[in-house]
Amino acid sequence: MIPTILMAAPVSNDWITLDFVSLGQNFWSATFDGLTFGSIYALVALGYTLVYGVLNLINFAHSEVFIMGCYAVFFTLSFLGFGPSAPNLGVGAIILNLLLALIAAIVASALTAFLLERLAYRPLRKRNAPRLVFLITAIGASFTIQYLIFLWRGPVPEQALTMFQTKPVFQVFGTIIYSDQILIVTAAVIMMVVTERFISKSRTGRGIRAVAQDPDTATLMGVNKEKIIITTFVIGGILAGAAALFYVMKIPSGVVYNGGFILGIKAFAAAVLGGIGNVRGALLGGLLLGLIGNYGQILLGNSQWTDVVAFMVLVLVLLFRPEGILGTSLGRSKA
Amino acid sequence: MNRKKVMTTLATVATMGLLLSGCANQAAPEGGSSSAAGSSSAVDIPALTSIETPKNAVLPAGDGKAKCPATTTLAYIGAQTGANAQLGINIFQGIQLAINEHNAANPDCQVAFKKFDTEGDPNKATGPVTQATKEESIIGVVGLPFSGESKATGNIFEQVKMVHITPAATNPGLTENGWTTFFRGLGNDAVQGPAAAKFMTGKLGAKKVYLVQDDSEYGIGLGKTTSDALGDALIGTDKVTQGQKDFSATISKIMNSNADAVFYSGYYAEGAPFDQQLVAKGYTGTFVGPDGLKDDQFIKQAGDASKNAFFTCPCIPGELIPSFAKAYKSLTNMDPGTYSIEGYDATTVLLAGIDAGNQDRASLLDWVKNYDADGLSKHYKWNDKGELQAPTVYGYKVENGKIVPIGPIGE
Repeated sequence: MIPTILMAAPVSNDWITLDFVSLGQNFWSATFDGLTFGSIYALVALGYTLVYGVLNLINFAHSEVFIMGCYAVFFTLSFLGFGPSAPNLGVGAIILNLLLALIAAIVASALTAFLLERLAYRPLRKRNAPRLVFLITAIGASFTIQYLIFLWRGPVPEQALTMFQTKPVFQVFGTIIYSDQILIVTAAVIMMVVTERFISKSRTGRGIRAVAQDPDTATLMGVNKEKIIITTFVIGGILAGAAALFYVMKIPSGVVYNGGFILGIKAFAAAVLGGIGNVRGALLGGLLLGLIGNYGQILLGNSQWTDVVAFMVLVLVLLFRPEGILGTSLGRSKA
Repeated sequence: MNRKKVMTTLATVATMGLLLSGCANQAAPEGGSSSAAGSSSAVDIPALTSIETPKNAVLPAGDGKAKCPATTTLAYIGAQTGANAQLGINIFQGIQLAINEHNAANPDCQVAFKKFDTEGDPNKATGPVTQATKEESIIGVVGLPFSGESKATGNIFEQVKMVHITPAATNPGLTENGWTTFFRGLGNDAVQGPAAAKFMTGKLGAKKVYLVQDDSEYGIGLGKTTSDALGDALIGTDKVTQGQKDFSATISKIMNSNADAVFYSGYYAEGAPFDQQLVAKGYTGTFVGPDGLKDDQFIKQAGDASKNAFFTCPCIPGELIPSFAKAYKSLTNMDPGTYSIEGYDATTVLLAGIDAGNQDRASLLDWVKNYDADGLSKHYKWNDKGELQAPTVYGYKVENGKIVPIGPIGE
């Protein structure tokens, strides 16, 4: 996080000028782009939030759960014959192909999350390791997966694939809305609403909340804690897999061994901003982070401000609401 | 218990399946990229098919009678991994070729070759450079490829008086540090920037150029020399960061400005996704980038969008030198990339020095200082600051999914 902020430091002499004219001109396109990326942040943020809610563990390896999904998307689509040019297929065929890629990504990410839990965290839990050990293990697991991918695929990103020709769909406030933006935001919001419903209404969801609130009592009440934990990891993985498809759709050259790192940090920041452990908070935090970064960079004149602005807002929010905007409440009745 | 076992087995099998299908597909992208056909954009400048090479070029093989101690070592220090690794790989493969040719021809002088990885990152470069300077057997270095890392490490070389020839770093400020051990094997950005500006407003006929630069030493320096030379044709600028993936805000500004050319001053790791996102948002003008973008990785990562791209580069198209291209291909199974020939030529300068009996750091440094001969790509003679006397800048374009030279520009 720190190098990112340092690298974002401006280098020109005229270093703070507010460009309201430019913000006015670009306001709506910044909004729509911000929402698109915000949705992707939010989907990944949910993985951090759920695991944190249940285990009080910041799962730093979640960014690698995400990048495995990206690789699955890449391999599935290149297997299905997608290349650098937009495919010459009908809408139905493209949707079918993308669904296959989505399933592959979800399976790959959920599997990675599952194995991660089994191989890295469960042995520690069995030995009642202190919380700090979990954190270090998470960072270690993150690097391990990153460099395994590195050994396998090398340092350069995969061939960029075009999933479909993005088409202008309609105009709002003089700004063109593209098909991919609609697709990503709609799908992400639907997935988040479903997750939220699942956690607040279903039996398993109740189990997750019970374990988050008080693991020991939950166990006494007949909740299978281990099963709940693994379910939580898998749900996080599923959402990360979906995020992976959308991410590769927007950034085809993003499939590289360390490609999840920055996004992971942003998603984690989004989770904290909204209130870590809170499902709605992750959605709000993700969308806000996407929007604030975009507005900030246009207002201040260049993209080097994106992260500065986003993290400044994070710090400010945490100063006044240390628990995030919506508070940390996976275990409580709110979520 | 039983169920758990089944699940674990299933998980393992599925993972293996994923891994295997991945390996099986490895070759696929290569074939796929050939479909990125079609020549670039409205302006049609024919591709160059041959260049003249100096007749008396010094070659690594020498006369075959060289003698040197078995410990004699040259080193490459630069990116082997990291986002812009491909440029580093192009270079050290060129170096490797030169050293192989030298050693094959000179049985009594087997020069060893060591590589040190900086990931192209100024923050990580000081470690490997310090390590290399501490190894007594290393008497000369080819590197570092990037401007930022060169700036960060020049003083370390200076302290131990070790000669290093950069085959790629183009920031003009590098030769203003009073270093006596730094030599640049190509033209700098004070030459490239104006050449690029002239290329865009001249041959490409651009009226409105939007300039975007990254936050690297290289991007900032080249951004300045280019924007100074563009004058009135420059209608807007934006700055991005290395590692950035989403360029939507910048693109929104460019679309509002109705620019007909965009110049990206930086490396392909960001330039390629930037071009791809630009085209996805309906941009129809040309995209021009400097040597940091000129690599097949750019086409691979930008996909079809790369059809609108032109490049400027103070580098010589090594692929048009038949003898070099053939030897390079048989060694690496790849065509020469950007700076492969520069890496090869820089190594040749050092090898010629070793063959002439300059086998310690001080005398090899002296040798390079007074060097005055043709290499395969151009004439090598440096001024007292370490700049080449007569650099050239080439223009390149994308044709049928490949980067091809279109001849010298800016003259």
